Amino acid sequence: MPTAIEIFKFLPKSNCGKCGFPTCLAFAMQLANQKVKLSACPFVSDEAKAALESSSAPPIRLVSVGTGDKKIELGEETELYRHEKKFFHPTCYALTIQDTLSETEIDSKLNEFSKLEFERVGQILRLDMIAIEDKSGNSETFSSVCNYTASKTDLPLVLISSDDQSMKAAASLISSKKPLLHAANKNNLDKMINVAKETKCPLVLKESDLSELAAMVEKAKAAGVEDLMLDLETSSLQQVVEKNTIVRKNAVKKTFRGLGYPIITDARNVKDPVQTAMVSTMKYGGIVLLEDLKPSQALPLFVLRQNIFTDPQVPIQVKSGIYPVNNPTEGSPLLFTTNFSLTYFTVLGDIEKSKIPAWLLVVDTEGLSVMTAFSAGKLTPEKVAKSLEDVDAKTKCGNSPVIMPGMLSRMSGKLQELSGMNVVVGPRESSGIPKILKNL
Amino acid sequence: MPEVPIPKEKWSGKITEVPLSSDISVGGERGMPFLSYEGLGRRQLVAGEVIDDPEIADFCKENPVDQAKAWINECGVDLICLKLLSTDPERKNTSPEDAAKTAKEVIDAVDVPVIVYGCGNEEKDPKVLEAVSNLCSSERLIIGQANENTYKSISAAATANGHGIVAFSNLDINLAKQMNILLNDFGVKLDNVIMDPLMAGLGMGLEYSYSVNERIRIAALMNDRMLQPAMICDSTGAWDAREATDDNPLWGDADERGMWWEVATALAALMSGADIVIVRNKNSAKIVYDAIRDLRGE
Repeated sequence: MPTAIEIFKFLPKSNCGKCGFPTCLAFAMQLANQKVKLSACPFVSDEAKAALESSSAPPIRLVSVGTGDKKIELGEETELYRHEKKFFHPTCYALTIQDTLSETEIDSKLNEFSKLEFERVGQILRLDMIAIEDKSGNSETFSSVCNYTASKTDLPLVLISSDDQSMKAAASLISSKKPLLHAANKNNLDKMINVAKETKCPLVLKESDLSELAAMVEKAKAAGVEDLMLDLETSSLQQVVEKNTIVRKNAVKKTFRGLGYPIITDARNVKDPVQTAMVSTMKYGGIVLLEDLKPSQALPLFVLRQNIFTDPQVPIQVKSGIYPVNNPTEGSPLLFTTNFSLTYFTVLGDIEKSKIPAWLLVVDTEGLSVMTAFSAGKLTPEKVAKSLEDVDAKTKCGNSPVIMPGMLSRMSGKLQELSGMNVVVGPRESSGIPKILKNL
Repeated sequence: MPEVPIPKEKWSGKITEVPLSSDISVGGERGMPFLSYEGLGRRQLVAGEVIDDPEIADFCKENPVDQAKAWINECGVDLICLKLLSTDPERKNTSPEDAAKTAKEVIDAVDVPVIVYGCGNEEKDPKVLEAVSNLCSSERLIIGQANENTYKSISAAATANGHGIVAFSNLDINLAKQMNILLNDFGVKLDNVIMDPLMAGLGMGLEYSYSVNERIRIAALMNDRMLQPAMICDSTGAWDAREATDDNPLWGDADERGMWWEVATALAALMSGADIVIVRNKNSAKIVYDAIRDLRGE
């Protein structure tokens, strides 16, 4: 976004007030904050309009595929490193169906794909898209398989064909579902641009030479097709890292604006598809096209994506409440900790390591770790006592103690008094938990 | 035709090169990980984990020498990381002398560099690592992990015997820097230090490590000398995640899943700046080794 002063230079500076603000500068400040639209000024010149629109356009265009709840959106990223702010749109994974498959085979593939869904710390991790590959080379076959698949899934689709006639036939049939067209290359560029234009579907431009690719982008834009994605034809992990970084960095640092579109990594025919998907996830990939994915590969890949795209300002929180560890019974000891996921996982792991049955009480600290929560007044003896009561800790523990984080030792007396339970100060580090449990 | 520029950053700093043996070094990068146009440095290395306590798990039931040999013969790993966990007073409480003998046997049995870790007990580690360093004074060796409470005796022994050390800090760029400053002030040359900023496993806080590592690398390249040591990341923390090992029909084959869990952790470490990754599973080691070559365009 340009600053208020940069915008002000383009305004008529007449302070006419027609925009609803007393001065042009006041209007410029509102514009810079994206509170008003430039069109509110009746006197702005076309030249100024063009200049401001292009400089206020996001460095990477937002492109969506599909419709409804499962629609995906990519682009509008602003950072190179997640710690600078965050990565906004998680990488999407697409698995492939060949159009040479029978309807029964397609059904069973879709059924397999639907199993790639996992729940983790309150989020659903799942497959995002289905790609349909024109392997038959037959336009009618491709169209009918696209049509059939579209009727069977609500996931967004990627149509893969280099033949513009086949693409046109298939895309026209299901254009209301807004599939992604993969892909225009140097040889079919004009025709594919036309298909995208007629069907109003987003289009992938595919070319390994980035300067050639930028020229293709210009051509597509000139024809009025702007919902674009880029396939950089990366064939090694090094190319994924380097080319994705060149495209992303040029866009967000504004050193080159012509490639400001989401990236699609085609990992169907590479030597190491899962590694490629993982690297692309960490390094700016928008969509990763894969042939197939087993659950044993999908779960780690999806969790990697969940980790990388976590907002660094908002820690992942675990649901507060009581968790049984190592099959506890009435009379097992209870440990409590915060609902910051990292703390929870560490404590959970250490209790599991001890192999001693115990209850783990997770207190809602709004995602803060033990010391931070304590300092911020989110982990008080009153709050812990209330949580203990809520889960009926007295019945659960019997004569066994409540073990508290060692860092909170100074609130042990108060907690004992409020809860009426036997409170034991635990270790300062979670790694000491097995020892204290064994010595109870 | 528009010419797409290569947005090469003009970094002023460089990751320090650390020799692990007479012919193997790590570090030397002049840019962000795996950007050949900024400067790749030495090849990142894979270390195979060896544990001297067969009671820890099935994978370490062989004696340490056989474990180390298996790493070399089956995987061709670049180096060995021997963890002397049996010295833990809570476990076998192996004496420093016996532990040092084990270390010596492993070092003599393989011709790759060896990193020797204690058990993590702050009272025991200095004694164990001192014994190891003294017994193996004729060899180049890396010992660790030194933390803010243990670094003095560990680094004194290492310096006396010409060994390198691994400096541990707890997932925080400021603590990592503080640790290196302490060592520097104590007279340890930072080209003999490899830092371990704690690699959290996949699903166990990996994103924190990823960002801490990236910030360390950026600071190093911006010429913060106290953050320029090469980096080692232990990916074996991946195996602490229940999703890596639990049997669950919906999650697919557990062996394969665990392998990918560790690979994902190691790849995240490498992509964020690791120079050495420690791995537990032989199949993950092979995948990570191939990935490093592929990432470097070799």
